[in-house]
Amino acid sequence: MIKAILIFNNHGKPRMSKFYEHYTEDTEQQIIRETFHLVSKRDENVCNFLEGGLLIGGSENKLIYRHYATLYFVFCVDSSESELGILDLIQVFVETLDKCFENVCELDLIFHLDKVHNILAEMVMGGMVLETNMSEIITQVEAQGKMEKSEAGIAGAPARAVSAVKNMNLPEMPKNINIGDISIKVPNLPSFK
Amino acid sequence: MALKIVKGSIDRMFDKNLQDLVRGIRNHKEDEAKYISTCIDEIKQELKQDNIAVKANAVCKLTYLQMLGYDVSWAAFNIVEVMSSSKFTYKRIGYLAASQCFHEGTDVIMLTTNQIRKDLSSPHQYDTGVALTGLSCFVTPDLARDLANDIMTLMSHTKPYIRKKAVLIMYKVFLKYPESLRPAFPRLKEKLEDPDPGVQSAAVNVICELARRNPKNYLSLAPLFFKLMTSSTNNWVLIKIIKLFGALTPLEPRLGKKMIEPLTNLIHSTSAMSLLYECVNTVIAVLISLSSGMPNHSASIQLCVQKLRILIEDSDQNLKYLGLLAMSKILKTHPKSVQSHKDLILQCLDDKDESIRLRALDLLYGMVSKKNLMEIVKKLMLHVDKAEGTTYRDELLTKIIDICSQSNYQYITNFEWYISILVELTRLEGTRHGHLIASQMLDVAIRVKAIRGFAVAQMATLLDNAHLLTGNTQRNGICEVLYAAAWICGEFSEHLEEPMQTLEAMLRPKVATLPGHIQAVYVQNAAKLFATVLRKHEGETDSQAAQETSQLLIDRLPLFVQSANLEVQERASCILQLVKYIQKLQQKNVEVAEEVTALFAGELNPVAPKAQKKVPIPEGLDLDAWINEPPSESESEDEKPKAVFTKEEHKHSRSRHTEVDEKELARRREARKQEQANNPFYIKASPSSQKVYDAPGVEHIPVVQIDLSVPLKVPGVPMSDQYLKLEEERRQKDKAERKKKEKKKKREKRGKGRKADSGPESEEDIRPAHQVDIVTEEMPENALPSDDDDKDPNDPHKALDIDLDKPLADSEKLPVRTHRPEVLKSPAEDRVHESIPQETKKRSGKEKKEKKKGKEKDRKRSKEEKKKKKHKEVEEELLESQPEEAVQSEETKEAAAPPTSAEASDLDFWLCSAPVPPAAQEETAPSSAAAVDTSSAAALESEPDEPKDAEPEDTKSSKHKKKKQKKEKEEKEKKKKKRHHHHHHHSDAGGEDSVQNGTVEEEEPLPPMSNYSLLAENSYIKMMKEDADQVYDIQGNHQDESKVVVSVIFENKSDSFLKSMEFNVMDSLNSKLQRPEGAGPHDSLTVPFQLPPGVSNEARFVFSVQSIVMPQKLKGTLTFIVKSDESSTHEKLDFKLHFTCTSYLITTPCYSDAYAKLLESGDLKGSSLRLEGISMPFHHLLARICFHHHFSVVERIDSCASMYSRSIQGHHVCLLVKTSDQTVSIDAKCDEPSLLGNVLDEIKQTFSKC
Repeated sequence: MIKAILIFNNHGKPRMSKFYEHYTEDTEQQIIRETFHLVSKRDENVCNFLEGGLLIGGSENKLIYRHYATLYFVFCVDSSESELGILDLIQVFVETLDKCFENVCELDLIFHLDKVHNILAEMVMGGMVLETNMSEIITQVEAQGKMEKSEAGIAGAPARAVSAVKNMNLPEMPKNINIGDISIKVPNLPSFK
Repeated sequence: MALKIVKGSIDRMFDKNLQDLVRGIRNHKEDEAKYISTCIDEIKQELKQDNIAVKANAVCKLTYLQMLGYDVSWAAFNIVEVMSSSKFTYKRIGYLAASQCFHEGTDVIMLTTNQIRKDLSSPHQYDTGVALTGLSCFVTPDLARDLANDIMTLMSHTKPYIRKKAVLIMYKVFLKYPESLRPAFPRLKEKLEDPDPGVQSAAVNVICELARRNPKNYLSLAPLFFKLMTSSTNNWVLIKIIKLFGALTPLEPRLGKKMIEPLTNLIHSTSAMSLLYECVNTVIAVLISLSSGMPNHSASIQLCVQKLRILIEDSDQNLKYLGLLAMSKILKTHPKSVQSHKDLILQCLDDKDESIRLRALDLLYGMVSKKNLMEIVKKLMLHVDKAEGTTYRDELLTKIIDICSQSNYQYITNFEWYISILVELTRLEGTRHGHLIASQMLDVAIRVKAIRGFAVAQMATLLDNAHLLTGNTQRNGICEVLYAAAWICGEFSEHLEEPMQTLEAMLRPKVATLPGHIQAVYVQNAAKLFATVLRKHEGETDSQAAQETSQLLIDRLPLFVQSANLEVQERASCILQLVKYIQKLQQKNVEVAEEVTALFAGELNPVAPKAQKKVPIPEGLDLDAWINEPPSESESEDEKPKAVFTKEEHKHSRSRHTEVDEKELARRREARKQEQANNPFYIKASPSSQKVYDAPGVEHIPVVQIDLSVPLKVPGVPMSDQYLKLEEERRQKDKAERKKKEKKKKREKRGKGRKADSGPESEEDIRPAHQVDIVTEEMPENALPSDDDDKDPNDPHKALDIDLDKPLADSEKLPVRTHRPEVLKSPAEDRVHESIPQETKKRSGKEKKEKKKGKEKDRKRSKEEKKKKKHKEVEEELLESQPEEAVQSEETKEAAAPPTSAEASDLDFWLCSAPVPPAAQEETAPSSAAAVDTSSAAALESEPDEPKDAEPEDTKSSKHKKKKQKKEKEEKEKKKKKRHHHHHHHSDAGGEDSVQNGTVEEEEPLPPMSNYSLLAENSYIKMMKEDADQVYDIQGNHQDESKVVVSVIFENKSDSFLKSMEFNVMDSLNSKLQRPEGAGPHDSLTVPFQLPPGVSNEARFVFSVQSIVMPQKLKGTLTFIVKSDESSTHEKLDFKLHFTCTSYLITTPCYSDAYAKLLESGDLKGSSLRLEGISMPFHHLLARICFHHHFSVVERIDSCASMYSRSIQGHHVCLLVKTSDQTVSIDAKCDEPSLLGNVLDEIKQTFSKC
């Protein structure tokens, strides 16, 4: 089971958090802080597993994370998950984000939290891995996106125009997480289908 | 209207959307909280509007704020509103918000039930999908109960997208509503073989998650998973299954044996590291579960270790980490295999990655031996020095102590060395583990008597240099050590050389800066030392020294009397007064040493930590019983206002205490001691918390003198190193001594010279430096050997510990909304499925209790009812599920029937990879071997031929059959004692005048003795199957498979020509259709003939069957082309092949003496069956059993007969049939209980039909 999925940046600012068990908002923030504290002090080329996400579940759980440019992707999982499998899952998640946002960067995640959640929902459901095939995930996400657009119809048009105007002066940060940059040695899982 | 919408949206476009909110927050970095609070106010306004779009926008923003840590539960109702929007866009926003902030405590959740149900049954798959996703995050027990049935329906949805989500969410439903597990499980199991890989993976996921918590309930699924494992190519699925097997193997070692081979194959073949790693992990689990008895055991271990070494040597830190992790699992059972990689693991200690270093440390724990302990600890000590002031250093410290103290100091050969290590560790600044070192010191000093002298000397030095430990730092974790030092010096002060000096050190004014509990120990032990000093000076004429000591105490103790710590103060003032009194006596020259020493006399023995728990409750002690009758409720209520009474009450309760009996007192004393043990002011976890004054048997503990060749004090700072050298030398010396006796000097030199080339010493060679007596921990008398139940009662998975193999009971139906009439009519097949079989089941249950006539009527009625059901699927379901379930429930009703569930026995069969061959079977019944063997062998040869002869003629009209029946009856009456094969004879005889092409009417009141039954028919064709499958067994050629030949008669009922008939069945795990070589597993077989109108012909199909202990059902299809003059159409006919257990039995003659021996041998397990309301004559009954179930009569005496049959795999089946007054009782014995159970069930069915 996956207990929680956290995304935060190099400064520990949460960019997305999904807890598959209930915690109060305060505890959630504390978990994010603590996880950031644990993860951020680690060097770049050490292993991606950490024991003792003390707040979530206890000793049975592991933190499995990857660091992409400005963002940390952390999965807190219990012993029923394969460590290397989850590492791959993170890779799939990031690659999917990259496809859906076309060159994803931290800003995309900041401004489209709902979309990130929707993509994640196609991969992990209630703490269990739902789909690992990237093209299948993207198909479903896009189909839902289309549905949304068709619903917006005429009524949505002016709103879209306004938001386009609003977005004109948006790029205030370099737009690139560029997952290709840091070559991550993915333990090969050839058939992920 | 449209204008209004546009207008609304124009208004809306100046509202803040999520992007604006985020931008705003980013622009207000300095007063973020204030900005957000104004935003929340805006959101509150927006939520008040009627426009759902505005609301959705507001809820979307709330979701973002929730992530930032703001509580948004106040908007729960608005979230529900947005969830119930008809537009997908808003619905999704609503469900997302709900999934982020709803939980069991959210009260509006109960409003959502109907909305969610509506969404689940929405025609748009994404509405359903979104609802499922949301529900997975906030499902509550109530929601789970109400929606379980809806979700179960979705598991068979046409869209795989919905199916996989529905399957996954079932796990959450099970957790919240465990009752749903059993009804839903069959379908879940079905999904393991779903054509969509995603759904399959989801089902594997759920079952693995369930099985991980309660593995024993899922053992019966092992064959299915095994099949999946060998066929799946999806690594995710494979990993899950392999992990699952890792959890199952400890429960079933045979499973492990079966797993080894495919797993090793995978290890060799896979390129995916994740898969490789999990395989290795599971192989390790298997090897752990198989403690012995594996021939290629070591090969597998070697393979694992080898592969792990590759992982550890990899440059990828992740692989290195996992390699070490898996290695530590091997270590527990196969330490030797790991120890050979010590170099690699020590290397990992230098890794820059802390996680890896910690894992390597874990491994070291198991790698130590007597031989290498010192060396390893030395290496660790070096690391300790390097890793100053980090948590890693603390970890190292605890590991050193763990390693040394493991299994009762098993690997320590020289305790002086260990004490020195502990003393060295005290030099670590700022460690948190002072108390750990202290407790080790105490433990060693108490339990290893031989070391006390040395320990006391070391502790005295520590006390003397206490300033070094406490000096410059406030982080006084390490000063805990002084606690131990003071106590050891005091308790074992007789070993002190200079007690006076130590006493002085303990009473320095600086001690007052130590923590209270340490000071208290100081004071108390100063008194002990005082006693020792007095005793030392006793008898000296000059009492000056003793008096000086008293004076020292009197001078110094007042400092402690003033202590703010109560404990210190109390002890100090007590002792001060005592010393003052002693001083007075000393001045009068009274000898006091004896009395003073008596204060501290007695030996301490360690007490096991669990000792208290293990004290058995004395007989007759009921801790829950009232000692006095409690005051009655009403009384106390009446009297309450009176203040006087409460006083009385008080008295009353006090008097209760005085009445406590001795046992109770003892118990309380124990409890108090326990409490003290938990009190921080007492020594934790060390056995010294109390003194045992009257410890019997102390004298018996042998105390061995220290080998004085080892110097007591080693000068120089790193003392432990000295020991290492000494140890080296000592071992060399030992070794050398054991060799030939030569001149002493030469011998030593040579010993050293050999050091390099001498092979590794074996463990036994290493003799401890001095004999050490490790005092074992005391346990109370009559200690209960119970293990602690560590299970957490709050674990939600405990509720899911449910037996899944038991048949479903009526009460276990999932709640269905029956109060709405349209539900039943609705085509939601599922509900229909569920309710109808159960109805008929009930009825069929009743039927059997009723008498024969009523039975018949009922049966007809139910048959008619069946026919009325128009739903084809329903019918299928009925056919499939009802008979089985009915049989099973019957089985449970009858206590005599074997309780083994069908699936379990299936598993058993699957697991014993090589079923016992007939020869071995006969060995188990050696007495009967000779007789049975010859006869059965003969039968085996003759058997296949006989039915073949009978087959073609066996299709006969019902008239003929009736006639034959009569004839048979007559004949049998004549030949009562005629044994076997007579039915064959009859069928042969009947066959001679039989006419081809007959119709079998199912409703015939007295079913004829035909072994052909209708398989399926439609308007074109009719298929009939021979009931008594002709069986032969070619075990010799095929290891563990038996072959069954099924003859099917195809009859063309139409006026058209039938051709291109293709016969196919879905293979099960156990039974497979034999196909020509090169054909795929799903290819169909061509029937080798064509059928002109009205013609029938027979074809035979060979099946290989693994298990014969279970009846089998195979679904199949016959496709054919109907060619008439005008057109030709392609037609299809579905059928079900039923292989009964009976069909695996071969009529085998058996002589009564062999039969008796067989029964005596005791290898057979018994079972029995009772049939009521059988009115047919006894011989008729026997004939039926013989004919339908392939038995032969061994002996018959009046209304009692013994019968015998043998299965194709050599199981003996013996029956004793008795009848009296319409009741037939059958006692049966067989060496395969499940086979027997099934045969009996079939016999029962045969007779229930008539």
